[in-house]
Amino acid sequence: MHEQKANEDQKTGSVTVKRGMAQMLKGGVIMDVVTPEQAKIAEEAGAVAVMALERVPADIRSDGGVARMSDPGLIRRIMETVSIPVMAKCRIGHFVEAQILEAIGADYVDESEVLTPADEKYHVNKHDFKIPFVCGCRNLGEALRRIGEGAAMIRTKGEAGTGDVVEAVKHARTVLGEIRRLQSMPEEELMTYAKEIGAPYEIVVETRQLGRMPVVNFAAGGIATPADAAMMMQIGVDGVFVGSGIFKSGDPGKRAKAIVEATTHFDKPDIIAKVSEDLGEPMVGINVTSLEPQEQLAVRGW
Amino acid sequence: MELKKIGVLSIQGSVVEHVQILRRIGGVEASKVYLPEDLEGLDGLIIPGGESTTIGKLAVIYDLLEPIKSFAKTKPVLGTCAGMVLMAAELHQDRQDQPLLGVMDIVVERNAFGRQVNSFETELDFNGLENGLSVPFHAVFIRAPKIVRIGSNVRVLARLPDGTAVAAIENKLMVTSFHPELTSDLRIHRYFVNLAG
Repeated sequence: MHEQKANEDQKTGSVTVKRGMAQMLKGGVIMDVVTPEQAKIAEEAGAVAVMALERVPADIRSDGGVARMSDPGLIRRIMETVSIPVMAKCRIGHFVEAQILEAIGADYVDESEVLTPADEKYHVNKHDFKIPFVCGCRNLGEALRRIGEGAAMIRTKGEAGTGDVVEAVKHARTVLGEIRRLQSMPEEELMTYAKEIGAPYEIVVETRQLGRMPVVNFAAGGIATPADAAMMMQIGVDGVFVGSGIFKSGDPGKRAKAIVEATTHFDKPDIIAKVSEDLGEPMVGINVTSLEPQEQLAVRGW
Repeated sequence: MELKKIGVLSIQGSVVEHVQILRRIGGVEASKVYLPEDLEGLDGLIIPGGESTTIGKLAVIYDLLEPIKSFAKTKPVLGTCAGMVLMAAELHQDRQDQPLLGVMDIVVERNAFGRQVNSFETELDFNGLENGLSVPFHAVFIRAPKIVRIGSNVRVLARLPDGTAVAAIENKLMVTSFHPELTSDLRIHRYFVNLAG
Protein backbone atom coordinates (compact mmCIF):
# COMPACT_ATOMS: atom_id res chain seq x y z
CA MET A 1 0.00 0.00 0.00
CA HIS A 2 3.01 2.26 0.38
CA GLU A 3 3.98 1.66 -3.23
CA GLN A 4 4.10 4.91 -5.04
CA LYS A 5 5.29 5.89 -8.46
CA ALA A 6 8.38 7.98 -8.04
CA ASN A 7 7.84 11.31 -9.64
CA GLU A 8 10.10 12.21 -12.56
CA ASP A 9 11.88 14.94 -10.62
CA GLN A 10 12.24 12.97 -7.38
CA LYS A 11 15.77 11.70 -6.97
CA THR A 12 16.31 8.61 -4.79
CA GLY A 13 19.58 7.02 -3.64
CA SER A 14 21.53 10.30 -3.71
CA VAL A 15 24.53 11.03 -1.51
CA THR A 16 22.42 13.56 0.41
CA VAL A 17 19.65 11.12 1.31
CA LYS A 18 22.15 8.38 2.19
CA ARG A 19 24.28 10.58 4.44
CA GLY A 20 21.19 12.42 5.69
CA MET A 21 19.68 9.18 6.97
CA ALA A 22 22.71 8.73 9.26
CA GLN A 23 22.43 12.35 10.39
CA MET A 24 18.96 11.53 11.71
CA LEU A 25 20.44 8.75 13.89
CA LYS A 26 22.88 11.05 15.68
CA GLY A 27 22.80 11.07 19.45
CA GLY A 28 21.14 7.69 19.35
CA VAL A 29 21.84 4.03 20.05
CA ILE A 30 21.72 1.28 17.41
CA MET A 31 21.19 -2.14 18.94
CA ASP A 32 22.01 -5.64 17.71
CA VAL A 33 18.96 -7.93 17.80
CA VAL A 34 18.51 -11.56 16.76
CA THR A 35 14.71 -11.95 16.96
CA PRO A 36 11.62 -9.78 16.32
CA GLU A 37 10.96 -9.90 20.09
CA GLN A 38 14.37 -8.41 20.83
CA ALA A 39 13.77 -5.77 18.15
CA LYS A 40 10.56 -4.80 19.93
CA ILE A 41 12.41 -4.50 23.25
CA ALA A 42 15.04 -2.32 21.57
CA GLU A 43 12.39 -0.06 20.03
CA GLU A 44 10.55 0.21 23.35
CA ALA A 45 13.83 1.19 25.02
CA GLY A 46 14.30 4.05 22.56
CA ALA A 47 16.81 2.62 20.05
CA VAL A 48 17.08 4.79 16.91
CA ALA A 49 17.61 1.67 14.77
CA VAL A 50 18.28 -2.03 15.12
CA MET A 51 20.89 -4.25 13.50
CA ALA A 52 19.19 -7.50 12.49
CA LEU A 53 21.48 -10.51 13.00
CA GLU A 54 21.32 -14.28 13.40
CA ARG A 55 23.97 -14.23 16.10
CA VAL A 56 25.40 -11.39 18.16
CA PRO A 57 29.19 -10.96 17.88
CA ALA A 58 29.82 -12.68 21.26
CA ASP A 59 28.21 -15.83 19.86
CA ILE A 60 29.92 -15.52 16.47
CA ARG A 61 33.15 -15.38 18.44
CA SER A 62 32.41 -18.44 20.57
CA ASP A 63 30.78 -20.50 17.78
CA GLY A 64 33.61 -19.99 15.30
CA GLY A 65 33.18 -21.05 11.67
CA VAL A 66 32.20 -18.79 8.78
CA ALA A 67 29.86 -15.93 9.72
CA ARG A 68 27.62 -14.83 6.82
CA MET A 69 24.74 -12.45 6.12
CA SER A 70 21.65 -13.34 8.17
CA ASP A 71 18.63 -15.16 6.73
CA PRO A 72 16.66 -12.53 4.74
CA GLY A 73 13.46 -14.00 6.21
CA LEU A 74 14.63 -13.10 9.72
CA ILE A 75 15.57 -9.59 8.61
CA ARG A 76 12.18 -9.19 6.93
CA ARG A 77 10.31 -10.32 10.05
CA ILE A 78 12.23 -7.81 12.13
CA MET A 79 11.42 -5.09 9.56
CA GLU A 80 7.73 -5.98 9.88
CA THR A 81 7.86 -5.81 13.67
CA VAL A 82 9.36 -2.37 14.29
CA SER A 83 8.81 1.08 12.81
CA ILE A 84 12.42 2.25 13.38
CA PRO A 85 15.09 1.68 10.69
CA VAL A 86 16.49 -1.83 10.32
CA MET A 87 20.13 -2.36 9.39
CA ALA A 88 21.76 -5.64 8.41
CA LYS A 89 25.31 -6.85 7.86
CA CYS A 90 26.98 -8.18 4.74
CA ARG A 91 30.49 -9.63 4.57
CA ILE A 92 33.33 -7.32 3.52
CA GLY A 93 33.39 -7.32 -0.28
CA HIS A 94 30.27 -9.50 -0.65
CA PHE A 95 28.32 -7.34 -3.06
CA VAL A 96 25.65 -9.99 -3.69
CA GLU A 97 24.77 -10.16 0.00
CA ALA A 98 24.49 -6.36 -0.24
CA GLN A 99 22.23 -6.69 -3.30
CA ILE A 100 19.98 -9.06 -1.37
CA LEU A 101 19.75 -6.60 1.52
CA GLU A 102 18.83 -3.85 -0.92
CA ALA A 103 16.23 -6.10 -2.56
CA ILE A 104 14.44 -6.76 0.73
CA GLY A 105 14.53 -3.07 1.62
CA ALA A 106 16.91 -3.02 4.59
CA ASP A 107 17.45 0.63 5.55
CA TYR A 108 21.24 0.46 5.95
CA VAL A 109 23.91 -2.13 5.13
CA ASP A 110 26.82 -2.64 7.52
CA GLU A 111 29.76 -4.01 5.53
CA SER A 112 31.14 -5.61 8.63
CA GLU A 113 34.37 -7.16 9.86
CA VAL A 114 32.29 -9.06 12.42
CA LEU A 115 31.33 -11.42 9.58
CA THR A 116 33.98 -13.45 7.77
CA PRO A 117 35.38 -11.34 4.90
CA ALA A 118 34.40 -12.53 1.41
CA ASP A 119 37.16 -10.61 -0.36
CA GLU A 120 40.69 -10.18 0.97
CA LYS A 121 41.44 -7.17 -1.13
CA TYR A 122 38.37 -5.19 -2.13
CA HIS A 123 35.36 -3.76 -0.36
CA VAL A 124 31.93 -3.38 -1.98
CA ASN A 125 31.57 -0.48 -4.44
CA LYS A 126 28.92 1.25 -2.40
CA HIS A 127 28.19 3.90 -5.03
CA ASP A 128 26.35 1.17 -6.97
CA PHE A 129 23.59 0.98 -4.37
CA LYS A 130 20.54 3.06 -3.55
CA ILE A 131 20.62 2.04 0.09
CA PRO A 132 23.33 3.53 2.30
CA PHE A 133 26.29 1.70 3.85
CA VAL A 134 28.08 2.01 7.15
CA CYS A 135 31.66 0.72 7.38
CA GLY A 136 34.15 0.26 10.19
CA CYS A 137 37.53 1.92 10.57
CA ARG A 138 40.52 1.97 12.90
CA ASN A 139 42.11 5.16 11.58
CA LEU A 140 41.37 8.12 9.34
CA GLY A 141 42.88 6.56 6.22
CA GLU A 142 40.62 3.52 6.47
CA ALA A 143 37.59 5.75 7.13
CA LEU A 144 38.25 8.00 4.14
CA ARG A 145 38.88 5.02 1.82
CA ARG A 146 35.47 3.67 2.79
CA ILE A 147 33.87 7.08 2.18
CA GLY A 148 35.64 7.12 -1.18
CA GLU A 149 33.97 3.80 -1.98
CA GLY A 150 30.60 5.35 -1.09
CA ALA A 151 30.08 4.68 2.63
CA ALA A 152 27.49 7.15 3.98
CA MET A 153 28.33 6.52 7.63
CA ILE A 154 31.42 5.40 9.53
CA ARG A 155 31.78 3.56 12.79
CA THR A 156 35.08 3.44 14.58
CA LYS A 157 35.73 -0.23 15.29
CA GLY A 158 35.99 -1.71 18.71
CA GLU A 159 36.60 -5.37 19.38
CA ALA A 160 33.08 -6.72 18.84
CA GLY A 161 31.66 -9.32 21.16
CA THR A 162 34.09 -8.71 24.02
CA GLY A 163 32.30 -6.21 26.23
CA ASP A 164 35.71 -4.51 26.54
CA VAL A 165 35.53 -0.88 25.44
CA VAL A 166 39.30 -0.35 25.18
CA GLU A 167 39.56 -0.85 21.41
CA ALA A 168 36.57 1.39 20.69
CA VAL A 169 38.29 4.12 22.70
CA LYS A 170 41.61 3.59 20.95
CA HIS A 171 40.17 3.79 17.44
CA ALA A 172 37.84 6.73 18.14
CA ARG A 173 40.73 8.65 19.68
CA THR A 174 42.97 7.75 16.74
CA VAL A 175 40.49 9.00 14.14
CA LEU A 176 39.53 12.16 16.01
CA GLY A 177 43.17 12.92 16.82
CA GLU A 178 44.16 12.51 13.17
CA ILE A 179 41.42 14.96 12.16
CA ARG A 180 42.72 17.51 14.68
CA ARG A 181 46.25 17.14 13.29
CA LEU A 182 44.94 17.41 9.73
CA GLN A 183 43.28 20.72 10.60
CA SER A 184 46.59 22.19 11.67
CA MET A 185 48.46 21.08 8.53
CA PRO A 186 49.37 23.64 5.89
CA GLU A 187 47.76 23.04 2.51
CA GLU A 188 50.99 22.00 0.79
CA GLU A 189 51.28 18.95 3.06
CA LEU A 190 47.84 17.54 2.24
CA MET A 191 48.70 15.56 -0.90
CA THR A 192 51.59 13.79 0.80
CA TYR A 193 49.45 13.16 3.87
CA ALA A 194 46.70 11.69 1.66
CA LYS A 195 49.32 9.42 0.07
CA GLU A 196 50.70 8.36 3.45
CA ILE A 197 47.33 7.39 4.92
CA GLY A 198 46.08 5.94 1.62
CA ALA A 199 43.04 8.21 1.44
CA PRO A 200 41.42 10.08 -1.49
CA TYR A 201 42.90 13.59 -1.65
CA GLU A 202 39.56 15.37 -2.18
CA ILE A 203 38.07 13.79 0.94
CA VAL A 204 41.18 14.68 2.96
CA VAL A 205 40.74 18.30 1.89
CA GLU A 206 37.01 18.22 2.68
CA THR A 207 37.62 16.71 6.13
CA ARG A 208 40.19 19.38 6.95
CA GLN A 209 37.82 22.11 5.86
CA LEU A 210 34.85 20.70 7.83
CA GLY A 211 36.92 19.81 10.89
CA ARG A 212 35.19 16.42 10.81
CA MET A 213 34.52 13.60 8.38
CA PRO A 214 31.87 14.43 5.79
CA VAL A 215 29.70 11.61 7.17
CA VAL A 216 28.35 10.71 10.60
CA ASN A 217 30.69 8.71 12.85
CA PHE A 218 29.43 6.28 15.49
CA ALA A 219 31.45 4.16 17.93
CA ALA A 220 31.05 0.40 18.01
CA GLY A 221 32.41 -2.72 19.62
CA GLY A 222 32.66 -3.57 23.30
CA ILE A 223 30.21 -0.95 24.62
CA ALA A 224 28.37 -2.64 27.51
CA THR A 225 27.32 0.01 30.04
CA PRO A 226 25.70 3.47 30.09
CA ALA A 227 29.07 4.84 31.20
CA ASP A 228 30.80 3.24 28.18
CA ALA A 229 28.29 4.88 25.84
CA ALA A 230 28.59 8.29 27.52
CA MET A 231 32.40 8.09 27.43
CA MET A 232 32.39 7.46 23.67
CA MET A 233 30.04 10.44 23.23
CA GLN A 234 32.30 12.67 25.35
CA ILE A 235 35.31 11.57 23.30
CA GLY A 236 33.40 12.98 20.34
CA VAL A 237 31.50 10.37 18.33
CA ASP A 238 27.98 11.05 17.01
CA GLY A 239 26.27 8.00 18.52
CA VAL A 240 26.86 4.37 19.49
CA PHE A 241 26.26 0.82 18.32
CA VAL A 242 25.67 -1.68 21.11
CA GLY A 243 26.00 -5.30 20.08
CA SER A 244 26.26 -8.13 22.54
CA GLY A 245 26.23 -5.73 25.51
CA ILE A 246 22.45 -5.57 25.78
CA PHE A 247 21.00 -8.99 25.07
CA LYS A 248 23.90 -10.81 26.77
CA SER A 249 23.13 -8.97 30.01
CA GLY A 250 20.80 -9.86 32.88
CA ASP A 251 18.01 -7.34 32.18
CA PRO A 252 18.21 -6.30 28.50
CA GLY A 253 15.20 -3.93 28.47
CA LYS A 254 16.40 -1.94 31.44
CA ARG A 255 20.03 -1.82 30.29
CA ALA A 256 18.97 -0.79 26.78
CA LYS A 257 16.91 2.10 28.12
CA ALA A 258 19.72 3.19 30.44
CA ILE A 259 22.23 3.24 27.57
CA VAL A 260 19.79 5.31 25.45
CA GLU A 261 19.39 7.86 28.26
CA ALA A 262 23.13 8.01 28.93
CA THR A 263 23.79 8.63 25.23
CA THR A 264 21.42 11.63 25.14
CA HIS A 265 22.63 13.04 28.48
CA PHE A 266 26.24 11.99 27.97
CA ASP A 267 27.68 15.05 29.69
CA LYS A 268 25.44 14.94 32.77
CA PRO A 269 27.08 12.59 35.31
CA ASP A 270 24.15 12.87 37.73
CA ILE A 271 21.79 11.45 35.09
CA ILE A 272 24.27 8.74 34.03
CA ALA A 273 24.66 7.75 37.68
CA LYS A 274 20.90 7.51 38.15
CA VAL A 275 20.29 5.36 35.07
CA SER A 276 23.24 3.10 35.95
CA GLU A 277 21.62 1.94 39.21
CA ASP A 278 20.39 -1.64 39.59
CA LEU A 279 20.86 -2.72 35.99
CA GLY A 280 21.57 -6.35 36.89
CA GLU A 281 24.43 -8.39 35.51
CA PRO A 282 26.37 -6.91 32.59
CA MET A 283 27.65 -9.25 29.90
CA VAL A 284 30.59 -11.23 31.21
CA GLY A 285 33.03 -10.03 28.62
CA ILE A 286 36.47 -10.99 27.40
CA ASN A 287 39.55 -8.93 28.12
CA VAL A 288 40.83 -7.85 24.69
CA THR A 289 44.47 -8.34 25.68
CA SER A 290 43.72 -12.05 26.20
CA LEU A 291 42.76 -12.48 22.52
CA GLU A 292 45.18 -14.09 20.09
CA PRO A 293 45.88 -11.90 17.02
CA GLN A 294 43.88 -14.26 14.78
CA GLU A 295 40.89 -13.88 17.12
CA GLN A 296 40.72 -10.12 16.63
CA LEU A 297 37.97 -8.95 14.29
CA ALA A 298 38.86 -5.24 14.09
CA VAL A 299 41.96 -5.88 11.95
CA ARG A 300 39.73 -7.08 9.09
CA GLY A 301 39.22 -4.38 6.42
CA TRP A 302 41.73 -3.04 3.93
CA MET B 1 17.69 44.98 17.70
CA GLU B 2 17.25 42.40 20.43
CA LEU B 3 18.38 38.84 19.69
CA LYS B 4 15.67 36.25 19.18
CA LYS B 5 16.32 33.19 21.28
CA ILE B 6 15.55 29.95 19.45
CA GLY B 7 16.05 26.55 21.09
CA VAL B 8 16.49 23.18 19.41
CA LEU B 9 15.17 20.12 21.23
CA SER B 10 18.33 18.08 21.82
CA ILE B 11 17.30 14.54 22.57
CA GLN B 12 18.58 13.05 19.35
CA GLY B 13 18.74 13.71 15.59
CA SER B 14 19.64 16.70 13.40
CA VAL B 15 20.23 19.09 16.30
CA VAL B 16 23.56 20.54 15.19
CA GLU B 17 22.29 21.09 11.64
CA HIS B 18 19.45 23.28 12.92
CA VAL B 19 21.76 25.15 15.30
CA GLN B 20 24.22 25.84 12.47
CA ILE B 21 21.49 27.23 10.21
CA LEU B 22 20.13 29.42 13.00
CA ARG B 23 23.63 30.80 13.62
CA ARG B 24 23.85 31.84 9.98
CA ILE B 25 20.70 33.96 10.32
CA GLY B 26 21.41 37.36 11.79
CA GLY B 27 19.79 38.39 15.07
CA VAL B 28 19.31 34.87 16.43
CA GLU B 29 20.78 33.22 19.49
CA ALA B 30 20.56 29.43 19.15
CA SER B 31 20.61 27.07 22.12
CA LYS B 32 20.01 23.39 22.88
CA VAL B 33 17.08 22.18 24.94
CA TYR B 34 17.81 19.02 26.95
CA LEU B 35 15.57 19.51 29.96
CA PRO B 36 12.39 21.53 30.74
CA GLU B 37 14.34 24.41 32.36
CA ASP B 38 16.16 25.01 29.07
CA LEU B 39 12.87 26.32 27.59
CA GLU B 40 12.96 29.38 29.85
CA GLY B 41 13.32 32.66 28.02
CA LEU B 42 13.09 31.16 24.54
CA ASP B 43 11.19 32.94 21.76
CA GLY B 44 10.81 29.80 19.65
CA LEU B 45 11.56 26.08 19.57
CA ILE B 46 12.61 23.69 16.81
CA ILE B 47 11.93 19.97 17.06
CA PRO B 48 14.48 18.38 14.71
CA GLY B 49 14.54 15.33 12.49
CA GLY B 50 15.48 12.03 14.08
CA GLU B 51 13.57 8.97 15.28
CA SER B 52 10.20 10.15 16.54
CA THR B 53 9.77 7.11 18.81
CA THR B 54 13.11 7.76 20.53
CA ILE B 55 12.51 11.50 20.89
CA GLY B 56 8.95 10.92 22.16
CA LYS B 57 9.97 8.33 24.75
CA LEU B 58 12.79 10.44 26.15
CA ALA B 59 10.57 13.52 26.16
CA VAL B 60 8.19 11.57 28.41
CA ILE B 61 10.94 10.32 30.74
CA TYR B 62 12.46 13.79 31.14
CA ASP B 63 9.07 15.53 31.61
CA LEU B 64 9.32 17.61 28.44
CA LEU B 65 5.92 16.92 26.85
CA GLU B 66 3.77 19.17 29.06
CA PRO B 67 6.25 22.10 29.16
CA ILE B 68 6.53 22.01 25.34
CA LYS B 69 2.73 21.85 25.00
CA SER B 70 2.37 24.99 27.15
CA PHE B 71 5.20 26.67 25.25
CA ALA B 72 3.43 25.95 21.94
CA LYS B 73 0.27 27.75 23.13
CA THR B 74 1.95 31.13 22.81
CA LYS B 75 5.31 30.66 21.08
CA PRO B 76 6.29 29.44 17.62
CA VAL B 77 7.42 25.85 17.17
CA LEU B 78 8.91 24.33 14.00
CA GLY B 79 8.90 20.55 13.56
CA THR B 80 10.87 18.91 10.75
CA CYS B 81 10.16 15.25 9.85
CA ALA B 82 10.20 13.52 13.29
CA GLY B 83 9.33 16.94 14.73
CA MET B 84 6.24 17.04 12.54
CA VAL B 85 5.22 13.56 13.73
CA LEU B 86 5.56 14.65 17.36
CA MET B 87 3.52 17.83 16.84
CA ALA B 88 0.61 16.03 15.16
CA ALA B 89 -2.71 15.67 16.93
CA GLU B 90 -2.93 12.10 15.75
CA LEU B 91 -1.10 9.42 13.80
CA HIS B 92 -2.68 7.67 10.87
CA GLN B 93 -3.39 3.93 11.39
CA ASP B 94 -0.70 2.09 13.31
CA ARG B 95 1.37 3.13 16.33
CA GLN B 96 -1.34 4.90 18.26
CA ASP B 97 0.64 4.20 21.42
CA GLN B 98 3.55 6.48 20.47
CA PRO B 99 3.84 9.57 22.71
CA LEU B 100 2.94 12.82 20.89
CA LEU B 101 2.76 16.51 21.74
CA GLY B 102 -0.50 16.75 19.83
CA VAL B 103 -0.27 20.54 19.50
CA MET B 104 -1.20 20.89 15.84
CA ASP B 105 -4.47 19.99 14.16
CA ILE B 106 -3.05 17.56 11.60
CA VAL B 107 -3.06 13.79 11.11
CA VAL B 108 0.32 12.42 10.05
CA GLU B 109 1.36 9.09 8.57
CA ARG B 110 4.88 7.96 9.51
CA ASN B 111 7.32 6.57 6.93
CA ALA B 112 4.60 7.27 4.40
CA PHE B 113 6.83 7.14 1.32
CA GLY B 114 8.33 3.77 2.22
CA ARG B 115 11.71 2.74 3.58
CA GLN B 116 15.14 4.36 3.17
CA VAL B 117 15.46 3.10 -0.41
CA ASN B 118 12.50 5.39 -1.24
CA SER B 119 14.00 8.48 0.41
CA PHE B 120 14.30 11.27 -2.15
CA GLU B 121 15.18 14.86 -3.01
CA THR B 122 12.98 17.19 -5.04
CA GLU B 123 12.24 20.86 -5.79
CA LEU B 124 9.20 22.36 -4.06
CA ASP B 125 7.18 25.49 -4.62
CA PHE B 126 6.72 26.93 -1.16
CA ASN B 127 3.97 29.45 -0.41
CA GLY B 128 4.91 32.54 1.52
CA LEU B 129 8.68 32.08 1.38
CA GLU B 130 10.86 34.85 0.10
CA ASN B 131 10.86 34.25 -3.71
CA GLY B 132 8.97 31.04 -2.84
CA LEU B 133 7.30 30.63 -6.17
CA SER B 134 10.16 31.72 -8.42
CA VAL B 135 12.99 29.92 -6.61
CA PRO B 136 11.86 26.45 -5.52
CA PHE B 137 13.02 25.00 -2.20
CA HIS B 138 15.29 21.98 -2.52
CA ALA B 139 13.67 19.49 -0.17
CA VAL B 140 15.25 16.31 1.24
CA PHE B 141 12.79 13.60 2.34
CA ILE B 142 14.19 10.78 4.50
CA ARG B 143 11.81 7.97 5.53
CA ALA B 144 9.50 10.95 5.60
CA PRO B 145 6.01 11.37 7.04
CA LYS B 146 3.02 12.80 5.16
CA ILE B 147 0.24 15.06 6.35
CA VAL B 148 -2.88 13.06 5.56
CA ARG B 149 -5.54 15.34 7.11
CA ILE B 150 -5.54 19.00 8.13
CA GLY B 151 -7.78 20.96 10.48
CA SER B 152 -9.70 24.04 9.36
CA ASN B 153 -7.14 26.51 10.80
CA VAL B 154 -4.18 24.84 9.15
CA ARG B 155 -2.76 26.28 5.96
CA VAL B 156 -0.76 24.07 3.59
CA LEU B 157 2.50 25.76 2.51
CA ALA B 158 3.85 23.19 0.07
CA ARG B 159 2.64 20.16 -1.82
CA LEU B 160 4.24 17.50 -3.98
CA PRO B 161 3.03 17.37 -7.60
CA ASP B 162 0.57 14.59 -6.65
CA GLY B 163 -1.07 16.95 -4.12
CA THR B 164 0.46 15.47 -0.94
CA ALA B 165 0.79 18.18 1.73
CA VAL B 166 4.40 18.33 2.97
CA ALA B 167 4.55 21.65 4.83
CA ALA B 168 1.90 23.48 6.84
CA ILE B 169 1.30 26.20 9.38
CA GLU B 170 -1.33 26.78 12.10
CA ASN B 171 -0.92 30.15 13.80
CA LYS B 172 2.72 29.98 14.93
CA LEU B 173 3.17 26.24 14.62
CA MET B 174 4.95 25.12 11.48
CA VAL B 175 5.84 21.66 10.16
CA THR B 176 7.71 20.15 7.22
CA SER B 177 7.85 16.50 6.11
CA PHE B 178 11.35 17.16 4.80
CA HIS B 179 14.62 18.45 6.27
CA PRO B 180 15.34 22.15 5.58
CA GLU B 181 18.28 21.68 8.00
CA LEU B 182 20.05 19.47 5.45
CA THR B 183 20.37 22.19 2.81
CA SER B 184 22.03 25.57 2.85
CA ASP B 185 18.80 27.41 1.99
CA LEU B 186 17.95 29.58 5.00
CA ARG B 187 14.48 30.67 3.88
CA ILE B 188 12.35 28.30 5.94
CA HIS B 189 14.32 29.02 9.11
CA ARG B 190 14.07 32.77 8.38
CA TYR B 191 10.33 32.46 7.90
CA PHE B 192 10.11 30.64 11.22
CA VAL B 193 12.32 33.11 13.08
CA ASN B 194 10.06 35.93 11.83
CA LEU B 195 7.13 34.22 13.57
CA ALA B 196 9.02 34.66 16.84
CA GLY B 197 7.68 38.18 17.39
